Amino acid sequence: MGKYIFKRIGYMLVTLFIIATFSFILMKMLPGSPLTAEEKVTEAQRAIIEAKYGLDQPIFVQYLKYLGNLVQGDLGVSFQLKNQPVTDILMAGIPVSAQLGFWALMLGTFFGMLLGLLASIKHNTVFDYAANVISVLGISIPSFIFAGLLQYYVGVKLGWLPIAFWGTPQQMIMPIISLSIFPMAISSRFLRTEMIEVLGSDYMVTAKAKGVSQFSLIFKHALRNALIPLITVMGPMAVSLMTGTLVIEQIFSVPGLGEQFVRGVMTNDFSIIMGTTLLFAFLFIVIILVIDILYGIIDPRIRLAGGDD
Amino acid sequence: MKKKSFLLLVLGLVMSMFLVACGGDDTSTDSNEDNDTGSEDNGEDTSSDVEQVLNLIEASQIPTMDSVHATDAVAFQWLNETMEGLYRLNEDTVPVPALATGDPVISEDGLEWTVEIRDDAVWSNGDPVTAHDFVFAWRRAVNPDTGSEYGPFMMNGVIANAEAISNGEAEVDTLGIEAVSDTELLITLEKPVPYFHSLLTFGTYLPQNEAFVTEQGDDYALSSDNLLYNGPFELTEWNPTGENANQWTLVKNEDYWDADSVQLEEINVSIVKETSTGVNLYNTGDIDRASLSAEYVEQYAGTEDYRTLAEAVLFYLKFNQDNEFLANQNIRKAVAMSIGKQGLVDVILANGSTVSNGAVPTDFSAHPETGEGFREINGDLITEDQAQAQEFWAAGLEELGVDTVELGYLGGDSEVAQEMDAYIKNQLEGNLEGLTVEVTSVPFEERISRDENSEYDIQNSGWGPDYLDPNTWLEMWTSTSPYMTMNYENEEYDALIAEANNELITDLPARYDNFLEAEKILMDDAAIAPLYQRSRAYLWRPSVEGVISNPMGADFTYKYAYIAE
Repeated sequence: MGKYIFKRIGYMLVTLFIIATFSFILMKMLPGSPLTAEEKVTEAQRAIIEAKYGLDQPIFVQYLKYLGNLVQGDLGVSFQLKNQPVTDILMAGIPVSAQLGFWALMLGTFFGMLLGLLASIKHNTVFDYAANVISVLGISIPSFIFAGLLQYYVGVKLGWLPIAFWGTPQQMIMPIISLSIFPMAISSRFLRTEMIEVLGSDYMVTAKAKGVSQFSLIFKHALRNALIPLITVMGPMAVSLMTGTLVIEQIFSVPGLGEQFVRGVMTNDFSIIMGTTLLFAFLFIVIILVIDILYGIIDPRIRLAGGDD
Repeated sequence: MKKKSFLLLVLGLVMSMFLVACGGDDTSTDSNEDNDTGSEDNGEDTSSDVEQVLNLIEASQIPTMDSVHATDAVAFQWLNETMEGLYRLNEDTVPVPALATGDPVISEDGLEWTVEIRDDAVWSNGDPVTAHDFVFAWRRAVNPDTGSEYGPFMMNGVIANAEAISNGEAEVDTLGIEAVSDTELLITLEKPVPYFHSLLTFGTYLPQNEAFVTEQGDDYALSSDNLLYNGPFELTEWNPTGENANQWTLVKNEDYWDADSVQLEEINVSIVKETSTGVNLYNTGDIDRASLSAEYVEQYAGTEDYRTLAEAVLFYLKFNQDNEFLANQNIRKAVAMSIGKQGLVDVILANGSTVSNGAVPTDFSAHPETGEGFREINGDLITEDQAQAQEFWAAGLEELGVDTVELGYLGGDSEVAQEMDAYIKNQLEGNLEGLTVEVTSVPFEERISRDENSEYDIQNSGWGPDYLDPNTWLEMWTSTSPYMTMNYENEEYDALIAEANNELITDLPARYDNFLEAEKILMDDAAIAPLYQRSRAYLWRPSVEGVISNPMGADFTYKYAYIAE
């Protein structure tokens, strides 16, 4: 297992290097410059400012410099937020976005599993149909619409929860719920399908015939097997939550990474775009690794490191 | 067993990461709660004892609080509240003394401006604000090592030697600004600049405390702790890389020289990007002002809280005279007169925007002698007139010897822009027989690039002022202007503008008359077709009074604002 993880981390670094290279090249191919008042700056002035930030040098030199700094953990400074180090900007947003995403994923999968479990046990009853309707709504209604409705009815009409911003537990409820709808719907669908399949399999019939209690049957035998595919989808789901937060963060004015990323793209802020891209790539790779490891643990049939352990 | 313990380890790690995240946030939770109580208290203020707290939202982070690096509305807004320059714009958009003790003394040739500075103004660290602070800041703004975008833009061609310095061809200390004493500033201009007085109200011309800026180095202005203030308010809790990055607070600066005029104790600002979120926050009393988009205008127009503010931003159609049809004056006039502009502002824009019938907006730079506004003097020059449009159209077609005219039309790709362009196309094709308009909608950058290369027949375009002088609206239509791009040339027009900026540069009334005359020529040529002057619609707490809105620089001035009962 240790060897496997070591190897994976090696691959991870290579992947990150490739991503950094490609995004850097793509970034340089974009038209426009990070100057904020582009239309008002004369050619001579533009040349002077670009020289100051090293933007006048050949792309390859800029690239090497960027990589050099990157290895030392220096992501440069933002062009738009004058002189603010990109690392500081990202570090301010990460805990907020992570908190929002983590809770939404937990809440979503928890209730999604409940719903899926209920639907599969009470297969083809009114519970099943209700759970089905909820899942379909959750998948098909975009989270921003749900967020808007929640904000208006719970925040303005009922006045139960604060409308926006981040920090107090009350302020966190609505953004988290809005973001958790999608993972809830997905995991409920997955679990229901898997459970129905597992419950109908031969070994379940055997277990039932042996007199295993209904409770033990479902929670000890069926659920564990039905969870495997769910773990697989949780990786991509976690990543999609990372981007899903952009919209939710905007609606609830949450100071996460979303604002930085969107502003970076809108204003050609190279260093911010590069920083956020690498961060998202890094998170994605780490999540995939964690999922792969968990997968091996939960399903003994899967051997990660080949036959030798 | 081994595997189970590993699973536990992984879970434990995940949980501890999460706990760390929670722990790290405890402090922000506390400060947020404080903020909340503050705004709730304010929301409940209906009694006679009114708390002087204003709660606002802003659409984006303050990009910089370093005045020499500021380029955008948000930065200039909060610099305007926390810093003080030589002059401020009053409610009539007239520059009035701020740090200056009186109006500038201008030499006969208009080149040397002497400004007396008050001796009772201090920075928030107790240092006096002196003439040297201006010398330091202005030199820093044009110094190529600073890399400022707006420094050279605002000062080149205005302050003596600024251009040479910013191009790295002259020493920084040759800039035309000199501290004669701590309280006397001597500014030397490159050429007489009639609107220089209003430029002195602009954020790029603010002073900076040399000792503090030098000491802070690269950290200067990174957060409210790395700043000094000399204006009506002090910025607190502003840190774009902190836990509460999307909120900041301004508190009254008790050491401000004119603190007696400042009634507000506190201004709380939060970043809110969504219009709907802003409206919701307004309706729960969390904030005192929210901007409205068209769909909300319908809902709130006519209520006590609804308010519109005209901006000094004009939109118009540019006619590229490279096109054989648009080279014909009658055709241009027919097009310009056949658009139902009232319908455009009432139905399509529906945000308080008003019909524009000239090349200079309303409430912008009054006549130096009579004090009358430019628009009031010249009146409506191109209005909708279907009967006349028909005559011009018929005459134009006859001159060209054609029955049908096909024109390209370049517009923006936003929802409103596309609706507007569809409406204008509809108006033109419906009113002018034989005309076909082909609309192309492109993103902003693409439109600017096509504009620069004159790749359009008709273009829906707009302009905001760079300084308080009619020249900012009219010089751009001279044949040598880089912004004109439509192959328009009228020698008489060029001559009037050239005369205004050379021979008449110190004879302000005569100069102003030249501008009035020039605008009439421009409109008689129908070189452009004025469409509308933009307004913004707001939900605005009626108890918030005394806010000044400005046509350039900071959008608002809160120095004299207060919460009425």
